[in-house]
Amino acid sequence: MIGATHYLVLSLVLLCLGIVGVMVRRNFITVLMSLELMFNAVNLNLIAFSFHLSDLAGQVLAIFVITIAAAEAAIGLGLIIALVRLRDTVALDDADLMRG
Amino acid sequence: MDFVVANFAEILFYVVAALTVAGAVGVVSLRSPVHSALALLFTFLMVAVLFVLRHAEFLAAVQVLVYGGGIMVLFLFVIMLVNVRKLPADSAFLSGIAPLAVIAGVLVGILVSVGVLLGVLASGHGDGSHLRMVDGVVVGNTEAVGMVLYTTYLVPFEIVSVVLLVAMIGAIIFGRRSAALEPGKGGKQL
Repeated sequence: MIGATHYLVLSLVLLCLGIVGVMVRRNFITVLMSLELMFNAVNLNLIAFSFHLSDLAGQVLAIFVITIAAAEAAIGLGLIIALVRLRDTVALDDADLMRG
Repeated sequence: MDFVVANFAEILFYVVAALTVAGAVGVVSLRSPVHSALALLFTFLMVAVLFVLRHAEFLAAVQVLVYGGGIMVLFLFVIMLVNVRKLPADSAFLSGIAPLAVIAGVLVGILVSVGVLLGVLASGHGDGSHLRMVDGVVVGNTEAVGMVLYTTYLVPFEIVSVVLLVAMIGAIIFGRRSAALEPGKGGKQL
């Protein structure tokens, strides 16, 4: 019997991989991809609890999360384009215009 | 063979979960961003399978369409626009903070796992039949989600549409070629 615990552990692994990706990678594009991994982990969690509690609110919330993830991807990729135009790089270490 | 038939749901979950984690590891560890993007696409599709296993059929379709279709194309377009030859030598797992990052990830994992285990122990079990019901009548999952989304959660739905509009305007402004962002024309000289 696959319970909510299995899904939560899987979602946890995905979230941790996303966190490690955001912290370790220097490439802006890959960091955004790791962020998407974390969004997916959250969605998996919501779906698991939606089933566990027989409540559709979890699925509706997951739809909202997907919407916000799409908005985040659009803005993040817009930022990448602006960074490439300004600095000709996608390395996060080079995005230091606001450093004192 | 009997074992496989009797435990089909469990075996399917474990196989798909292993593939999902493998895809996620690929996203974080592969050097080429294109390879990362393909691993990410694979992860999205596997997560969609997991949604189906939890009776969220509508969300599985949305996952494939929005993530697998929309967001992936966005990523690949940007990778295409950016000169791949100029990508930084991204020594994933070799930079100075990598051990700290791994330790932080594991710590967060332990913390959250304790929380979710307590949460699971505290609540009851569901069978998924309520996820496809409208007013006690069994319909499809899509209809049930739509009914909840457009009645109970109508106001958040409208607010999210405004958020999407703001994100769209923001992305257009970032992507526009403005004089202030041009090097040598008011922007910081490189």
